[in-house]
Amino acid sequence: MSHDFSRPVTGHVPVLRLGDILLVTLQGDLYDSAAQQLQQDIGETIVSTGVTGVVIDISGVEIVDSFLGRVLAEIAANARLLAARTVVSGMRPAVAITLVELGLTLPGLRTALTTEAAMNLLTGVDPDTRSGGLRRESR
Amino acid sequence: MPEHETVGPHGSPSREVGDFLRRRTEQIAQRWADEPLFRTVFTVSRDEAVEAGRIVVEALAQVADTDQVHDPDAAGFTVVREQLARMGAARSRAGFTTAQVSNDVDALRPPVENLLLADLPEEDSDRVRECATALTVLMGTLRLVVLETALSEGQALIERQQLQLMEVATPVIKLWDGIVAVPLIGTLDSARSQVVMETLLEAVVDQHARFAILDITGVPTVDSLVAQHLMKTVAAARLMGAECVVSGIRPAIAQTMVHLGLDLGNVITRASLADALAYTLHKLGAGIVDATPGGAGSR
Repeated sequence: MSHDFSRPVTGHVPVLRLGDILLVTLQGDLYDSAAQQLQQDIGETIVSTGVTGVVIDISGVEIVDSFLGRVLAEIAANARLLAARTVVSGMRPAVAITLVELGLTLPGLRTALTTEAAMNLLTGVDPDTRSGGLRRESR
Repeated sequence: MPEHETVGPHGSPSREVGDFLRRRTEQIAQRWADEPLFRTVFTVSRDEAVEAGRIVVEALAQVADTDQVHDPDAAGFTVVREQLARMGAARSRAGFTTAQVSNDVDALRPPVENLLLADLPEEDSDRVRECATALTVLMGTLRLVVLETALSEGQALIERQQLQLMEVATPVIKLWDGIVAVPLIGTLDSARSQVVMETLLEAVVDQHARFAILDITGVPTVDSLVAQHLMKTVAAARLMGAECVVSGIRPAIAQTMVHLGLDLGNVITRASLADALAYTLHKLGAGIVDATPGGAGSR
């Protein structure tokens, strides 16, 4: 039973399309081959569908190393070349602390607290900022 | 100490001291009860002091029996450690220094020594000297044990208070929906800044905060290390999708930071907590409207 849980993600990480956004959910460890495959998948999907944003949800990632940090940065750089913005969402506190201690502050990467916030960030449907905008207009 | 291993007609000197202690337990306990160390701790009744003295003497006899007069970790001492700690602590509370407590323990030696010398009149002088030396070593070890216990007691107190300080000093306050703040008080070291970072990030998750304010009004000095800690916290918060604002940098500190050449990089800073709150509220799109009568109409 425990063997099933600890089994690495050998296949590919699913890349889901939601309107103009690609949603990628990472869970557990990400190994070299899967990471390679994922980068390729994202690139091809962006080109074939013409989406404008990529959301990578890492709320299921408990342990992080410099490899994952680099993979995230590379995916973001790839997507930027293909005219799509990348947002990483749901990072756990422990993961954030580890990345900072490793010196990986990922400066080029946009982040959001939840997947929903990330979607709002990309689609521009941010209820808070919109109401703020309206308020400013009314003055 | 080779003389402790010479075996005379009555066994080794320390064994003989053990026998003597057991024989004279009652008298020693009675005499010790009048010494300041016992008298000031067991103020209620003299019997209690005598009883306590008896237990200590028995423990000493047990240590002497096992030829471990110079070993503070001897099994016999473990029984009385708690009691000795109590006595040591009582003396420290009364305002006595460690040296004075040490002298108090030393004062227990002469009565026992006199009893020992009175007990061995017919032995030859070498034998008497050996026994007296063994007793002196034993009492010295007792003194060491008392001081050690008293010091470790103080150490434990300091550790407990450090932990409490750590917990008390890092509250995370919810200022608004989606805005949390940490008022930092006191000097930041690595252990504390680690706790600050963890509690802040946990709060960001729990409260779904989009903004976190680090208020350093209560931080007396900012050096490169503190600045580095601030940068780390800000970077970690950003990775989680929250924006961090640093507030409360006093003019003098700002000047120091410029002199030191510290670059807070792209960290957003505001003069006071109020300014930081106003900034974050504005970013959240929440406006603050004066409730003065006619204020809304005149606009």
